[in-house]
Amino acid sequence: MLSIQEIMETIRMVQQENLDIRTVTMGISLRDCCHGDHKAVGRRMYDKITRLAENLVRTGEEIEREYGIPIVNKRISVTPISMVGESSDTDDFGFFADVMDRAAGEVGVNFIGGFSALVHKGFTSGDSKLLKAIPNALAATQRVCASVNVATTKAGINMDAVYEMGKIIKEAAALTADKDGLACAKLVVFANVPEDNPFMAGAFHGIGEPECVINVGVSGPGVIKNAVDKAKDADFGTLAEIIKRTAFKVTRMGELVGRAASAKLGVPFGIVDLSLAPTPAVGDSVADILEGMGLERCGTHGTTAALALLNDAVKKGGAMASSYVGGLSGAFIPVSEDAGMIRAVSEGALSLDKLEAMTCVCSVGLDMIAVPGETSAETISAIIADEAAIGMVNQKTTAVRIIPAPGKKEGDYVEFGGLLGRAPIITVNKFSSTEFVRRGGRIPAPIQSLRN
Amino acid sequence: MFEHRPGREEGAGKRVVITVLGKDRVGIIAGVSAVLAENDVNILDISQTILQDIFTMVMVCDIRNCKIEFGALKEKLKAKGEELGLQIQVQHEDVFQFMHRI
Repeated sequence: MLSIQEIMETIRMVQQENLDIRTVTMGISLRDCCHGDHKAVGRRMYDKITRLAENLVRTGEEIEREYGIPIVNKRISVTPISMVGESSDTDDFGFFADVMDRAAGEVGVNFIGGFSALVHKGFTSGDSKLLKAIPNALAATQRVCASVNVATTKAGINMDAVYEMGKIIKEAAALTADKDGLACAKLVVFANVPEDNPFMAGAFHGIGEPECVINVGVSGPGVIKNAVDKAKDADFGTLAEIIKRTAFKVTRMGELVGRAASAKLGVPFGIVDLSLAPTPAVGDSVADILEGMGLERCGTHGTTAALALLNDAVKKGGAMASSYVGGLSGAFIPVSEDAGMIRAVSEGALSLDKLEAMTCVCSVGLDMIAVPGETSAETISAIIADEAAIGMVNQKTTAVRIIPAPGKKEGDYVEFGGLLGRAPIITVNKFSSTEFVRRGGRIPAPIQSLRN
Repeated sequence: MFEHRPGREEGAGKRVVITVLGKDRVGIIAGVSAVLAENDVNILDISQTILQDIFTMVMVCDIRNCKIEFGALKEKLKAKGEELGLQIQVQHEDVFQFMHRI
């Protein structure tokens, strides 16, 4: 029996608390697009993407209309292009990025992920060609997102790849200097990357995935924030319980939309990603939730504990609400995409070091962090290495999406607009890591990888 | 109120929830039900209350025989809402069942 209060609760979540489905992402395997002739690969990729995703946007809009729940993004992820293009006759993988961009434009999605390579233990020839093409590909296309996995718990950290990524990030920033280094916002460096993540920029269609699949990412920091606000004097056990119950309701919407999209498109339903994804909109902030728990500003002492509680309660509630949970499923703390995070950095409450600490308790990583333009490739690589080490040792996903904004220094802002938002330039440690990063080779897998 | 087991009865999946919010006035039910009747939408349940000083009416309807498309019905009700100074929403019933019931 539904009560009028329950019905109004749902309506309030959507209208006043920004409850929405952040993304419905269609994963498409391009493994059957390989060919010796790169033009044939391009044709096959284009045809397959436009055929399978032809109705993705229309179906998403239909579901929005029927259920009255906004679906903010409809997106596509594909098999890592390092594999798809590897057997072809071209060294210029930018060609494939262009094909992805055109196909995404044709079906009307705003981002397509999968310009990716998995190099945690070393490079194949396709991996090297892909990495080489990343800066230009991201500068020249609008919709293509790239990701590179440089570490796993099982394989350790490929420090050659980490150093390479530092240089690639610098180059990508330089090529888009007129847009504050926008290309870097479309590039994620991972440790322990999941194969079914629906969220950009790190989405790709893993090699263990089926031909085509629908994955859903939920949102809803505003809903959790409101629930937390109502529990002002509650102790931690009660607070966790309230967050769990609310996360359950939020995730149920993801499950409903995922099932509906899967049925309408005739494509299997993969997973719901439980991550609380913030937006720059007021009231849609993860930092605001942490502050609602009693911290004056996000980033002060106690923030890591608050995030640990939040993240765990969201997972416990969410896991009960969905038949298949996957992807990243951890709180996102992207600085530029979260109004509360931006304020915390601007006011000096939140530092890079604190953000790193927060990523240890299950947030996904250093996301959308703008650093001074003069930051060296070696320092960026060292930041990536630290984050990869956290992921490797704790057997979790960590990621780095960092923007060395050309010509900007501490106190300045970068402006990307839309969902990518704006960010204050954050302070980076002034001491060099160059000799460390330049050693090269691999950091061996930790002892906890030996589990058999 | 609004008891229903999804998927176990004929017409399941064809039920919608119409919510009407705004300032109370004469003719709300008449106005909304006229639009529904014109299009062969059957009202199964209706309930109204005042929540935080806002007039709130919730209707559960069967749209199996509805003469027009769901999107068109939604637009007509929205237009009627604007005429009466009310906010009218139409959503598939599953949204509420899914969120509040296991």
